[in-house]
Amino acid sequence: MANIQPKVDAVIVGMGWTGAILAKELTDAGLNVVAFERGADRDTQPDFAYPRVVDELEGSVHRRYLQSLAQETVTVRHTPTATAVPYRQMGSFKPGTGVGGAGSHWSGCHFRALPEDFKLRSNVEQRYGRNFIPQDMTIQDFPVSYDDLEPHFDHFEYVCGTSGKAGVINGVKQPGGNPFEGSRSREFPLGPNPSYLGAEMFYKAAREVGYNPYPIPASNASAAYVNPYGCQMGPCNFCGFCSDYGCLNYSKASPNACILPVLRLRKQFELRTHSQVLKVNLDSDGKKATGVTYLDAQGRECEQPAELVLLCAFSLYNVHLMLLSGVGKPYDPASGEGTVGRNYSYQNLNRVMMFFGKDTQANGFIGIGGGGTTIDDLNGNQLDNGKAGFVGGGIIWARQPGSGPVRGVSVPSGTPNWGPQWKKAAADAFRHSFYYEVQGACMSYRQHYLSLDPTYRDAFGRPLLRMTFDWHDNEIKASQFLVNKALDMCKVLSPQSMAGDAKKAGGHYDITKYQSTHTCGGAIMGSDPKTSALNRYLQSWDVHNVFVIGANAFPQNNGYNPTGMVGALAYWAATAIREQYLKKPGPLVQA
Amino acid sequence: MSDDANVPARRDFLRKSLTLIPVVTLAGTGLPRLVQAAEPATAPASPEAPYQPTLFNAQQWAFVVAACDRLIPADATGPGAVESGVPQFLDRHLQTPYANGAIWYMQGPFLEAAPEFGYQGKLNLKEIIQVGIKAFDAFCQTADGKAFAELPHPRQEELLKAAEGGKLELDSISAKLFFSNLLNEVRNGYFADPSYGANKDMAAWKMIGYPGVRADFTDWVTVRDKPYPLGPVDLAGRRG
Ligand SMILES: Cc1cc2nc3c(=O)[nH]c(=O)nc-3n(C[C@H](O)[C@H](O)[C@H](O)COP(=O)(O)OP(=O)(O)OC[C@H]3O[C@@H](n4cnc5c(N)ncnc54)[C@H](O)[C@@H]3O)c2cc1C
Ligand code: SF4
Repeated sequence: MANIQPKVDAVIVGMGWTGAILAKELTDAGLNVVAFERGADRDTQPDFAYPRVVDELEGSVHRRYLQSLAQETVTVRHTPTATAVPYRQMGSFKPGTGVGGAGSHWSGCHFRALPEDFKLRSNVEQRYGRNFIPQDMTIQDFPVSYDDLEPHFDHFEYVCGTSGKAGVINGVKQPGGNPFEGSRSREFPLGPNPSYLGAEMFYKAAREVGYNPYPIPASNASAAYVNPYGCQMGPCNFCGFCSDYGCLNYSKASPNACILPVLRLRKQFELRTHSQVLKVNLDSDGKKATGVTYLDAQGRECEQPAELVLLCAFSLYNVHLMLLSGVGKPYDPASGEGTVGRNYSYQNLNRVMMFFGKDTQANGFIGIGGGGTTIDDLNGNQLDNGKAGFVGGGIIWARQPGSGPVRGVSVPSGTPNWGPQWKKAAADAFRHSFYYEVQGACMSYRQHYLSLDPTYRDAFGRPLLRMTFDWHDNEIKASQFLVNKALDMCKVLSPQSMAGDAKKAGGHYDITKYQSTHTCGGAIMGSDPKTSALNRYLQSWDVHNVFVIGANAFPQNNGYNPTGMVGALAYWAATAIREQYLKKPGPLVQA
Repeated sequence: MSDDANVPARRDFLRKSLTLIPVVTLAGTGLPRLVQAAEPATAPASPEAPYQPTLFNAQQWAFVVAACDRLIPADATGPGAVESGVPQFLDRHLQTPYANGAIWYMQGPFLEAAPEFGYQGKLNLKEIIQVGIKAFDAFCQTADGKAFAELPHPRQEELLKAAEGGKLELDSISAKLFFSNLLNEVRNGYFADPSYGANKDMAAWKMIGYPGVRADFTDWVTVRDKPYPLGPVDLAGRRG
């Protein structure tokens, strides 16, 4: 029989961005909180200390900071009738483990969604008519608005020391920022980071084509900073080991640097690492959670009773835990019934590589994860989707998180992969090339969803999560359109050679190539319990004391990186728990 | 994976390095200095003892050395894989938990799937390389009557190209799979920190202009008109 622990007010599953935010907010409210983290404890010292943290072989090949797939992974297939196979080697997306989660080895691009992204379906229907949306596309409006989330976007940026330039403050346009963004209540906490060469050239190219370039909001501090919790950050030194690596400098915002220093001192907070939550336990009628079952560090199965269960295990694993525990009804793509697993979406990432001569000091080894330059001229309402022929937009950006030769040296297309010619090309290109990327939105579809795999199991004997996903014509068109726009822009810079990797008609989702860890949906928020697993406060419609926090809540994905929105939703849900739920536990929205 | 993935390799390196130094000089010196003393850069006079592989047998070793020499040959551009120590790197790296499947999902069933789903077989990296070498050499014996290492360079290149393009039929393993993993590992060794056994004198980093693990470029972000001036630094703090 399971070892039963004394009951607590709240249990948090996962100690990444969302777990840390909820732990801070709920301990602020006086609750006793126990947090479970499947991985090790991690902190800047000693885990991200120089020089070991910048060991490329360890960071990018042995993947020291990422989840090991040996324990847990997902299976993937392209269609609902195919047999899924495991995601055996890390490729397309890179979930994290250990305290900080992916939030300790993310890059730091810190966006807010556009106001129109929140009402995507109604906006597209109004602008282009109902029939413009393909039959199988299941996009939905968010059940919250930009204005609902503005204070939470703002707060999360201040916690992260986000460095950028506002484009609109209280409705007034600001020079140098994104003129198309939703109105902000104030300026960014820190000004933008300096531009490396590729970012500077992006300004030139974008302006020449008539776009409105602005600095990517970066949670990589541009100056010394103390956040509202009293946590100190130091200026980013462009170390070049940002994406995939912990920050050696207290510069990249992370749960470890920006929230945990406060949490660790709190008596009402207990962190249990190396503790794998196996499932959420429900009472006999399945309407209320009684706590969680977990494997402790010694491998003993234990039960942790709690009044409130917060799933903060990252989008995919949140959905996995819901399916394993019977929180909500699994989605069935044939009937369209059920909600858990519904509307899985991703991100449409594409790249344009450019090679220059010896006078162009691109120095790709100088890097910052979130810094750079981007444009919103082909995103949101700026894009005429009717003309472009697809739903959803995207951004083009210059971003240089730092390159090193183990991470790969790009060479012009047509170069052999080995031998003297490869060597010469690598030597010529390393310092004199850079890339721009197109980050496109990704819609949700009836046939793209998450479920439990019938065959494969994880190290704890549970069925793996199964992902059914492929590129839809809509996203392939978007990829081609946006990459062509990027190529047009890059021509202004007259590189010696360049190459774009737009998706080809009939091409399939390739899990071997990294395309971002922006896995979205699967347990989405909505206003109708028939088509969403969570209500507008990220509360399960079915089990009212379970809240599920993460990008799993996005009904579809927009052209931005998700974490700005994920953090804002975490603060939004925490506020609802503190101000409404704790006073009167029960469903916060009547179904 | 284990955080100590490189410990056996490093210990091995130290042990081997120690054997290069007369015992009398050991007294009173710290390990870091011993490591340095074994570096040809600081002790050019000390002759390198030939590396004794601990994973590969003689036939595998001959294959690895010959293949490294074709994949990254020495030329005017920069060092070759062999002189850089890539065969030594492979011998060590393939013994790490990483190469033994520590971070790969290794449970069956092992189904055939389209290339978009990645490698779906049951071999770990070490096994892919070992099985591949054996099958490749067997192919050479059948086709040419000699092991790969004994063939003339143009023929070796032809065979490697065929393997890369999936045009070589090997027993028990896909030639393409073997080749892509071998090439990957050769490049990893060539460019990884010298502590992993190759990239001698950081010569591969110098060749491409990589400053190694400096990890601080505050002063150079906005410099446009001059090449980055500093040479590389490695994890042990040596300057190239
Ligand atoms: C290389 C990389 C670059 C990225 N760059 C950006 C970027 O520039 N901008 C951006 O917006 N986003 C970026 N992201 C995404 C970003 O990291 C995530 O959106 C963010 O971390 C999500 O927060 P989370 O709390 O949902 O998950 P995480 O931060 O990953 O935290 C989840 C935690 O839960 C733990 N956990 C999971 N299951 C269990 C269980 N059963 N029991 C106990 N613990 C469990 C995990 O170990 C993990 O620590 C990037 C991601 C990666 C990998
Ligand atoms: S680039 Fe800057 S923010 Fe990123 S890890 Fe390095 S110092 Fe930290």
